[in-house]
Amino acid sequence: MKSYLSLQVNGRQRDDAVSGNLLLVDYLREVVGLTGTKIGCDGGECGLCTVLIDGKAQHSCLTLAATCNGKSVETIESLGDGGRLSAIQRGFHEKLGAQCGFCTPGMVMAAEGLLRENPEPDEETIRTEMASNICRCTGYVKIIEAVQFAVEELKSKKEAA
Amino acid sequence: MENMPEFTLHRPDTAEEAAKLKASDDSSRYLAGGTDMIVNVRRGIEAPETMIDLTAIGEITQIAVDGDGLRIGAGVKLADLCVHADIVAKYPAIAQAAASVAGPTHRSYGTIGGNLCLDTRCLFYNQSQWWRESNNFCLKHKGEVCHVAPGGKRCFAAFSGDVAPALMVYGAEVDLVGPGGERTIPLPDLYRNDGMDHLTLEKDELLVSIRLPAPPAGSLSAYEKSRIRGSIDFPLAGCAVLLTSDGGQLSELQIALTAVNPFPQMVKGTDDFVGKPLDDEALDAIRDIVRTQAKPMRTTTVRPWYRRRVVGALARKLVMRLASV
Repeated sequence: MKSYLSLQVNGRQRDDAVSGNLLLVDYLREVVGLTGTKIGCDGGECGLCTVLIDGKAQHSCLTLAATCNGKSVETIESLGDGGRLSAIQRGFHEKLGAQCGFCTPGMVMAAEGLLRENPEPDEETIRTEMASNICRCTGYVKIIEAVQFAVEELKSKKEAA
Repeated sequence: MENMPEFTLHRPDTAEEAAKLKASDDSSRYLAGGTDMIVNVRRGIEAPETMIDLTAIGEITQIAVDGDGLRIGAGVKLADLCVHADIVAKYPAIAQAAASVAGPTHRSYGTIGGNLCLDTRCLFYNQSQWWRESNNFCLKHKGEVCHVAPGGKRCFAAFSGDVAPALMVYGAEVDLVGPGGERTIPLPDLYRNDGMDHLTLEKDELLVSIRLPAPPAGSLSAYEKSRIRGSIDFPLAGCAVLLTSDGGQLSELQIALTAVNPFPQMVKGTDDFVGKPLDDEALDAIRDIVRTQAKPMRTTTVRPWYRRRVVGALARKLVMRLASV
């Protein structure tokens, strides 16, 4: 039995008929065609599939698409503006926060969720608030630096404005 | 991980309707945050033909003042629980326990009700279908033999929720709604010492809220857990302590444990320490009664003797820290 799903994906309204057992990550990748969100452990352990639901980081591999009815879902594709990288994306680029790059979409979305709630986190807060995301290359140091870079860039942008 | 099995999803907007829908199919399961339930469905541990999603039930998502205490809806997210001003100020052990569950992303959609009704966990149970099948399954699910204690016919899977012991030391009760009506029971009565079937919920019953009385005047409380990874992990052993002390003597002591038995438990015999000086000898004795009542089995990669030792050490440390404030 399919149910009616009406939601916003990256700011665009969508209406679809989805099966009850369709996972949000499969909906995003297979139905909407947004493959930036990756599948890692498939069990909520690695954080790779992190997206924002109503502004909060959530695992799309453990969320049923039908439960997102009426909500706003944001994926990695929502960041950046016409080819210009967002502050967090620039941080990962400048500070070499991505090595193999596999964890990066989840890391960036977790950082996005964190900075919206707390625009100036200290290092300890960045570490604890991004603890749901696992990276096997960087040892996290470069990822923390990437987020700190974004914090500074957003701060100076705010001061300039 | 395996593909999602087929099931029908219902999204009721009241608890009563949820209980009614649940009763319509024997295989049905409730679904709240899904941080554990969806994992179990994908591993073939749960195979429901009907799932009842509880996230559309608005009435169970509030924290409200209730007389002198609080009433916490079962759908309250752990992330909201650990920063709620009244919880942080009056029930710090609950805030600390909620903040220690899994990682921040899990807490943003995992619920308090789900953490209380969490399935018991075991090295031989929380594995893929393929892994369990190659091991001839286990007593808890589809198998004949318990790989933890092969001689017996009991399941020792450990209850691994963090928040239950923290709620217990404050004397929490839970409200349950079922097809037969509503009832309220003390939280410890929600559990039984059986890893196979550790919840005393009647068939189709739903936990809708938690009632907390006012904390004892002048009491101090805390929760701490031991785990393999500091970032995301279930407890190897968890301990909540509430005490009231007066000039080096205890006037109240409550200790509750998790992850060292198939059920979260109040430690018995803590009253014996009330009205006596809290010296090193008493602290050692508190540690020892905790170790005696904790019965961890080989359900994690960490050896049981370590979990038994560490749970006693946690209790001793928390009592010492709280009493010396």
